[in-house]
Amino acid sequence: MDLELSESELAFQAEARAWLAANVPAEPLPSLDTAEGFVLHQAWEAKLAAERWSVVSWPKEYHGREASLVEWIIFEEEYYRAGAPLRVSQNGIFLLAPIIFEHGTPEQQDRFLPSMATGERVWAQCWSEPEAGSDLASLKSSARRVSTSSTTGESGWVLNGQKIWCSRAALAQWGFGLFRSDPEAQKHAGLTYFLFPLDAEGVTVRPIAQLDGEEGFAEVFFDDVFVPDTDVLGAPGDGWRVAMSTAGNERGLSLRSPGRFTAAADRLLALYDERPDPRVADRVVDAWLKAEAYRLYTWGTVTKLKDGGDIGAAGSVNKVWWSELDVALHETALDLLGPDAELESRWLDGYTFSLSGPIYAGTNEIQRNIVAERILGLPREPKGVQK
Amino acid sequence: MKFELTTDQQDFAASLDSLLAAADTVAAARGWAAGDHAAGLKLWERLAEQGLTMLATEASPVEVCVAFEALGRHAVPGPWVEAAAYLPVALGAEVEGVATVAMPRALDADVADAVYAVVGDTLHTATAGKAHTSVDRSRHLFDVTPGDAVEHGDLAAAYDLAVLATAAQLLGAGERVLADAVTYVKQRKQFGREIGSYQAIKHKLADVRIALDFARPLVLGAALDPTPRAVSAAKVACADAAYLASRTGLQVHGAIGYTQEFDLSVWITKIRALVTAWGTPAAHRARILETLRSA
Ligand SMILES: Cc1cc2nc3c(=O)[nH]c(=O)nc-3n(C[C@H](O)[C@H](O)[C@H](O)COP(=O)(O)OP(=O)(O)OC[C@H]3O[C@@H](n4cnc5c(N)ncnc54)[C@H](O)[C@@H]3O)c2cc1C
Repeated sequence: MDLELSESELAFQAEARAWLAANVPAEPLPSLDTAEGFVLHQAWEAKLAAERWSVVSWPKEYHGREASLVEWIIFEEEYYRAGAPLRVSQNGIFLLAPIIFEHGTPEQQDRFLPSMATGERVWAQCWSEPEAGSDLASLKSSARRVSTSSTTGESGWVLNGQKIWCSRAALAQWGFGLFRSDPEAQKHAGLTYFLFPLDAEGVTVRPIAQLDGEEGFAEVFFDDVFVPDTDVLGAPGDGWRVAMSTAGNERGLSLRSPGRFTAAADRLLALYDERPDPRVADRVVDAWLKAEAYRLYTWGTVTKLKDGGDIGAAGSVNKVWWSELDVALHETALDLLGPDAELESRWLDGYTFSLSGPIYAGTNEIQRNIVAERILGLPREPKGVQK
Repeated sequence: MKFELTTDQQDFAASLDSLLAAADTVAAARGWAAGDHAAGLKLWERLAEQGLTMLATEASPVEVCVAFEALGRHAVPGPWVEAAAYLPVALGAEVEGVATVAMPRALDADVADAVYAVVGDTLHTATAGKAHTSVDRSRHLFDVTPGDAVEHGDLAAAYDLAVLATAAQLLGAGERVLADAVTYVKQRKQFGREIGSYQAIKHKLADVRIALDFARPLVLGAALDPTPRAVSAAKVACADAAYLASRTGLQVHGAIGYTQEFDLSVWITKIRALVTAWGTPAAHRARILETLRSA
């Protein structure tokens, strides 16, 4: 048992650290949920990609470095320690790319991955619907088979319905989501996974302002939107299985690498040094301690994955931990700020965003159900009433 | 980078676990609580034969943690932290027989062959005086009077290993309470359903699983590099997680859990005692903050 990095991993770390130190913007970029900030974040993605830092674990032909899992975590740690910007491409590179690699055709890989790596094309995840949140498989948006499109002559599908809470959809170029392609099939069967441009004919995107006032997500309406067969990801009817292969990523490692929290805990300690308050001291310690536990836990996960294991239901353990840690960490910072806490600041932004953590990527109630049922083996929830 | 027990360490854990599972440790703990030390001392001998008392000097802190997790899981009575973690490092040699040290009171001094006390920066022999009753009936605590100073090694390192061993013991105890609670809620029915099918119960137990899962890597991390900060972090996290396990375990059992006769009581009271033994959570948090701020 050891936590030692190899020579080549240390060299990778040094290279990443040096590059980030030289290139991370000195001033924080404006929020990526604003039109101005979005473009600046895209430019940052392009800069990362030019030196193969945007998707370090990807193959070289798609702007990657073929970095190992360990190196990827190292990179993330360095990235957040350097105070680098949030990743405007995260939905694509962390949620969609893994399934394009796993389920996409070679043609789809060539067509979609490069522009994702460079940040040129930003993706939105269109899963939730007004009536289908936690119970995602109850979604109603439909896909109807058409043998030939009236406009292009290709065979494909016509999408109808509404998606909601799609992060960054107001500014993103493409979306990915699930639609019910077989109304006769059982709830989880008969769903198909589609990729589509958000400016396609029949698509209407309506931005929705979040708690902080910014239009961070949007609802997306589909009115007879044609999607060719070449933009179906995985087999028709297999969408649930395809989609679930990313849900684990979202809850587990990819969206919330420990670097974010160890870096935030370090900033919290610096804040404590500026404004020491013994009444808050224990919570400062707990925030550091929980970030440290998460860091070490992640190395355990990495060991498991390297040995051929998968994250499975442990992704739910992970998700509850990082989301609650994020809230606690920011609440503690606000307490240290005292009466200044209500004033606009980076801590306040972080706090507001942290509040959504226990909701998105599967609410923490749903994650606790998964932990209880799949890890502790407790009886399943009684089946709900079907409408 | 391989942050996981080696096969040898896993085998060691499994063999200790099966030895203890077969040994009726609860009877030994109950006997010990009642002042009948026979079964507990026999168990002590068998564990010493397995090498438990030499781990601190001959093996690594990882093996020490593996052993103490097993001791906690099975509620093995006796001054194990004192004799198998603190004193071997403090004295620089494996302890023969049963020994204890006052921190601030001496655990089980009545059965110990040797009793020690720390006075400032020095280690002394000591004699036991007045006895105190602990929340954990199997912990007999004694005031001591220090005698002659004895030669000693690194007392700070000894303290840190004892803290880490206590953390591992708490982790084992917490795991045990969770396992027993899960078994119980799958059997017990109310309103026509297993109580474990109710979300209020499920979510409480899920939180215990999550807390223990994130306490364990702090123990292993501290075992690889037992700095004061790392061992304090392990102790705080394990105390919090095990205490949550004990509170939750009690709650899901209902009144039966509140009886001394039911075995759960052995762990609930032990966890409560260990939360404050070898440094309270407040003291360890203060130590962590100090090391972080001077970093
Ligand atoms: C900031 C943010 C970004 C998001 N980004 C995206 C995105 O990019 N794409 C996308 O598709 N979606 C996105 N979402 C939506 C998110 O996935 C959903 O909000 C989430 O799945 C919950 O669904 P809901 O909001 O409909 O709540 P509901 O499912 O209605 O839940 C409401 C409450 O009831 C609880 N509840 C529901 N079912 C149960 C149950 N069985 N047991 C116990 N409690 C239950 C929930 O835990 C929650 O507390 C985002 C949400 C937020 C907040």
